Amino acid sequence: MRTPLSVRFLSALDTKGWLVLGVFLTLTLLVVPLLNLAVPEDSAFHVSAYFITLIGKIMCYALVAVAMDLIWGFGGILSLGHGLFFALGGYAFGMYLMRQIGRDGSYGADLPDFMIFLDWKELPWFWFGSDSFGWAMLLVVLVPALVAFVFGYFAFRSRIKGVYFSIITQALTYAAMLLFFRNETGFGGNNGFTDFKRILGYSITAPETRLVLFGLTALALAATLVFAAWLVKSKFGRVLTAIRDAESRVMFIGYNPLWYKLTIWVISAVLCGIAGALYVPQVGIINPGEMSTANSIEIAIWVAVGGRGTLIGPVIGAFVVNLAKSWFTVSFPEYWLFFLGLLFIIVTLFLPQGLVGLWKKFAARKGVAA
Amino acid sequence: MSPLSASKDLLDGRPEGSDGIDQLGHVVTGELDLSHGVALYLEDITVSFDGFKALNNLNLAIDAGELRCIIGPNGAGKTTMMDVITGKTRPDSGKAFFGQSIDLTRLSEPEIAHAGIGRKFQKPTIFEQHSVFENLELAMKTDKRVWKSLLAWLSGEQRDRIADTLKLIRLNGEADRPAGLLSHGQKQWLEIGMLLMQEPKLLLLDEPVAGMTDDETMRTAELFVSLAGKHSLVVVEHDMAFVERLGGKVTVLHEGSVLAEGDLATVQNDPRVIEVYLGR
Repeated sequence: MRTPLSVRFLSALDTKGWLVLGVFLTLTLLVVPLLNLAVPEDSAFHVSAYFITLIGKIMCYALVAVAMDLIWGFGGILSLGHGLFFALGGYAFGMYLMRQIGRDGSYGADLPDFMIFLDWKELPWFWFGSDSFGWAMLLVVLVPALVAFVFGYFAFRSRIKGVYFSIITQALTYAAMLLFFRNETGFGGNNGFTDFKRILGYSITAPETRLVLFGLTALALAATLVFAAWLVKSKFGRVLTAIRDAESRVMFIGYNPLWYKLTIWVISAVLCGIAGALYVPQVGIINPGEMSTANSIEIAIWVAVGGRGTLIGPVIGAFVVNLAKSWFTVSFPEYWLFFLGLLFIIVTLFLPQGLVGLWKKFAARKGVAA
Repeated sequence: MSPLSASKDLLDGRPEGSDGIDQLGHVVTGELDLSHGVALYLEDITVSFDGFKALNNLNLAIDAGELRCIIGPNGAGKTTMMDVITGKTRPDSGKAFFGQSIDLTRLSEPEIAHAGIGRKFQKPTIFEQHSVFENLELAMKTDKRVWKSLLAWLSGEQRDRIADTLKLIRLNGEADRPAGLLSHGQKQWLEIGMLLMQEPKLLLLDEPVAGMTDDETMRTAELFVSLAGKHSLVVVEHDMAFVERLGGKVTVLHEGSVLAEGDLATVQNDPRVIEVYLGR
């Protein structure tokens, strides 16, 4: 007898998991919008636009952290170039946002401002279709997928592992950053894309638009968590962790690790691309700085702080580190990188399982005492 | 019914075809053909690492259903030989055939596993974080492509098969324990169980009883003897009592080639073998 797919899907999360997810979605889709729109600004319960943008941004980061955890925590492959896929998704959607500016740019021309500045007469070929929302959505998924597939195929086929793989991914994102810094590349050089006006014709700064983007980000994060939970609980997930722990045994029982690694690598890259596409309209800018090596390392730190190999860990890590970051950059901007380094050392030395591991240890001790 | 006679039913009672290797046509260059009675055939295999010849014109033929022991001093080339058979190392020259038609020098490790060769490593290599049950589940013969794994769901029949193997390797009480918590001997048995789940035609066993108690060693010998006939087994072992118990033909390797071959008593009395083991 076969178990229906719907039942298998429901069993991805336990009751507690679905409950937490329900609370999260109620908060983000109902409570926050109400507190933002319906409560007057001088009330203590009012949720400000700043808060919505900040949390929306961090939810994008949390999505990236979950994607990173799939490949690192479960697959045992540390990528230090995940910022690239995030940026590619952001740029793919940014092209659409640039075209939505229309003639409202400083030069009042059909072409994006930076092209006028470069004295270009027409759009480069790769901007074809960039005025279509559907095409932009397709690029958001396909471009990171293609880059990840080609890079991953050759890296995994050559059996490049461990620190060597991590270093190559660093080089990859760094090379891409240098490429995108060039004006001639056609993506706005070091300024990137900014000054967005509209999305699907709606004003991008309108509170309603921002709330829709916020809600979509929350939905994307929730859907990613359910998908990831299903993935790691499937036999595919068990093979993946088996590859992490004893790759040669996996090969000698007849699995080809190449395709397993490549599948999770591409899935992870696509999730980052989607996060990037959600990030750009909320933050209002995308530039090659997103591809800097430090950004990609920071992603790994979120996952390490939260606890890799768990799905809720990366979300917690992304929130804790980024909330700390936005507080630090306001209060003591010059100490942020010191704090980040210290955090990484503390987690590596004392919290190998991250905050989730700490919580589990604490809960276990309490359980024994009770 | 003793666990050992259960093994016969477990391994042999299954109909061929439904999930046979033909369905995995993309990985196998030819069907396994044992009609000439030879399961494994190595001819003039040479492997050198930086000028050192780990294997030097090695010739070896294993009959279908045979139980063969390989002995030899350290560095004789036993592990390299297994690496060549399982596709981990490519020979510099020579031929390696599985049955009549499968050229092992052209296939990758997973392809060779699908073709029907199972390998047990010297150091027990299991998935320590997975439960004992999951270790067997992952090893089970089935379509091992990504897409199939994404949608895989154990059938009742497959669960029964895993339960039978658990009984055979005497781990049925430990099914849900993480494999990393097993004793050394239990890990060895689990790895043997994983091998059996693959339903291989040829089993390569590198020091399978290292670290086992005498009792476990003797039970392992009984198991292997019961498997011979339907399966071909190649056992690398130093434990002479174990080799004697297995009772098959013995091949002595020395400096990458075959020094002597025959039953244990003959080989042990061969002056060249005595010199290799005792001389110098």
